[in-house]
Amino acid sequence: MKKTGAQILCESLIREGVEVIFGILGGAVLPIYDTFPQYPQLRHILVRHEQGAAHAADGYARAVHKAGVCIATSGPGATNLVTGIANAYMDSSPMVAITGQVARPFIGKDAFQEADITGITLPITKHNYLVAGAAELAKTIKEAFHIAQTGRPGPVLIDIPRDVQEEKAEFVYPDKVDLPGYKFVSKGHSVQIKRAVKLLKEAARPVIIAGRGIIISQAYDELKELAEKAQIPVINTLLGIGAFPGDHVLNFGMLGMHGLAYANLAVQNADVVIAIGMRFDDRATANTKDFAPQASIIHIDIDPAEIGKNVPIDIPIVGDVKSVLKAMNKEIESRNHLDWLSQLEQWRSEHPSLEIRQNDGLLPQYVIRQISEATRGDAIIVTGVGQNQMWAAQHYIYTKPNSLISSGGLGTMGFELPAAIGAKVGRPEETVWCVAGDGGFQMTIQELATIAQENIAIKIAIINNGYLGMVRQWQELFYQHRYVDTKLWNPDFVQIAEAYDIPGVRVKHREEVIPAIQKAMDYPGPFLIDFIVEPEENVYPMVQPGESLSQILELPKPEVPSKY
Amino acid sequence: MFNTRHTLVALVEDKPGVLNRVASLFRRRDFNIESLAVGRSEQLGLSRMTVVVGGDSAKVEQVRKQLDKLINVVKVTDITGEDIVTRELALIKVKATASTRSEIIQIVDIFRANIVDVASDSLTVEVTGDEDKVNSLLELLRGFGIKEVSRTGRIALTRGAI
Repeated sequence: MKKTGAQILCESLIREGVEVIFGILGGAVLPIYDTFPQYPQLRHILVRHEQGAAHAADGYARAVHKAGVCIATSGPGATNLVTGIANAYMDSSPMVAITGQVARPFIGKDAFQEADITGITLPITKHNYLVAGAAELAKTIKEAFHIAQTGRPGPVLIDIPRDVQEEKAEFVYPDKVDLPGYKFVSKGHSVQIKRAVKLLKEAARPVIIAGRGIIISQAYDELKELAEKAQIPVINTLLGIGAFPGDHVLNFGMLGMHGLAYANLAVQNADVVIAIGMRFDDRATANTKDFAPQASIIHIDIDPAEIGKNVPIDIPIVGDVKSVLKAMNKEIESRNHLDWLSQLEQWRSEHPSLEIRQNDGLLPQYVIRQISEATRGDAIIVTGVGQNQMWAAQHYIYTKPNSLISSGGLGTMGFELPAAIGAKVGRPEETVWCVAGDGGFQMTIQELATIAQENIAIKIAIINNGYLGMVRQWQELFYQHRYVDTKLWNPDFVQIAEAYDIPGVRVKHREEVIPAIQKAMDYPGPFLIDFIVEPEENVYPMVQPGESLSQILELPKPEVPSKY
Repeated sequence: MFNTRHTLVALVEDKPGVLNRVASLFRRRDFNIESLAVGRSEQLGLSRMTVVVGGDSAKVEQVRKQLDKLINVVKVTDITGEDIVTRELALIKVKATASTRSEIIQIVDIFRANIVDVASDSLTVEVTGDEDKVNSLLELLRGFGIKEVSRTGRIALTRGAI
């Protein structure tokens, strides 16, 4: 039987297992929305801005390990998705973005709300399509989901002209894809695996750097087996948080610019680094010239283009992390590295990066720690970007796999609120905390309406220091305290929440923190806490830009009076 | 690590936008494309693209791997170090008067090039060969006054069996 393009789209989405779509409508997607009532199994969540739809789909995808779907109209609707698509691309998050396009006869005529979205998203999608006719639609959707969800995941955009949505075609959903140019290696090369095992056998000071690839591949057990069997300490990247239990004796925390001192020292003094599903981002490596200077590096990644991109690699293993680790674990021998581990423990006690100092004002680190305690490290934390993100990465103890959702590569402020919506929709049984800064929160604040309309029970913690905090920290340290345009006038966030029918409280003192968090957790729906924290608190440790991971700034510099 | 010229040959799907995807990747990774030639290959639905870029080997290898990730790129190889045949075609419109015409024809003959158009004040020469040959002929004809030049850029295949 013939179906319209819009019906073919819905039928295909259902066959791909899609349950939720985040979007907002407009002229060029009206035929699709008009078809939704025929498919009640597709839940549509109406957002207030297309960027919110993309981040929500991204948050959903990360939480449930399958492609998140977002939809927007042509022109400005499509261009508003761009930040969210770029964000998903940088963090290898599977997403299928559907955009309406002006009808085929109008393409290239600068028609109303026309934008060349396939051209615009070319460098930020794994692949994209402009659908030429309804007969192509099913095949295109099949390919899009396959590409988005396999190999190194990423966003795929499908641009569907309005008249294609109305055009009728025979609907047959293909069960295979035919993509001669799309290939990825799952199984690691056995010779390379043998070399890696041999190197690890000879290692005296090995470390694992665990990246997001472990989470994507869901190789938690395999990583744990490797670490425990060979007694290798585990360091993680920002997005590798949740790859290995935060309370495990072999966990030594995050490396990088705001990594823990002992994590950075471990990497800098290691003789073998085994980097798993990570891409040597500059925030993780600091100056690459002096990164892990004593180490031979084994790099396991599914993307061959990541091998040797930023750091020279001694033993590359291209393949799916889970499959490679399984193969390695078969050959790895039990080891102990007592001297090395006690050295790390010594660094941990000499450099207590997670110690929270006594302070009269409310410290953001303390707030995060209390959320960690109250949720027993068991919640999903979705962060913004900047200081709030770093404190959430450092001071929350993530005990569960895949429990941090954060914008790592693109560093998108405003990601937190819509991504938290996506995470909660994907895993409604989990407690989801959105840790926001007062700056980033206002970049996607309109999604409070989505939360209210859909009653999405997320808990929002605004770490409110009245500044674009991380930028202010850089101005303090590198621009001689000249706080140019980082001080924020803020609205009353509790009243704002109230206006959206979301209850909230303001917390200014230490003793109010625990009761407020409890109140938020006890409330059955969404809840907001505005934590008024120490305004000029900095994130430490810090490796200054251009320096190596060994040059760790730990203690706040003595106060210099501001001349500005 | 030295800056050298690399010849990349890519087998790509013959679909709209593919040239854009390939060219865009070079731009993104800060490469200047010296020449790019594309046309149908021996396989239905596939085109063969020859791209010449300058850059250090590690950077070129990085861009090659990125190209290989494009869904529409079936295969891409850096054939720089291999035994290859390269050719370029150029059309050169050179000023010619009654007194210079025969001298130009002599030069063209030496290069085994062809005259493909004759006008009262010009000759159009077709030359095929590697870049050096094309450059040499151009250099010799420059003295007569070159009106227009159109070059295809390099196309290349590896020698012998595939």
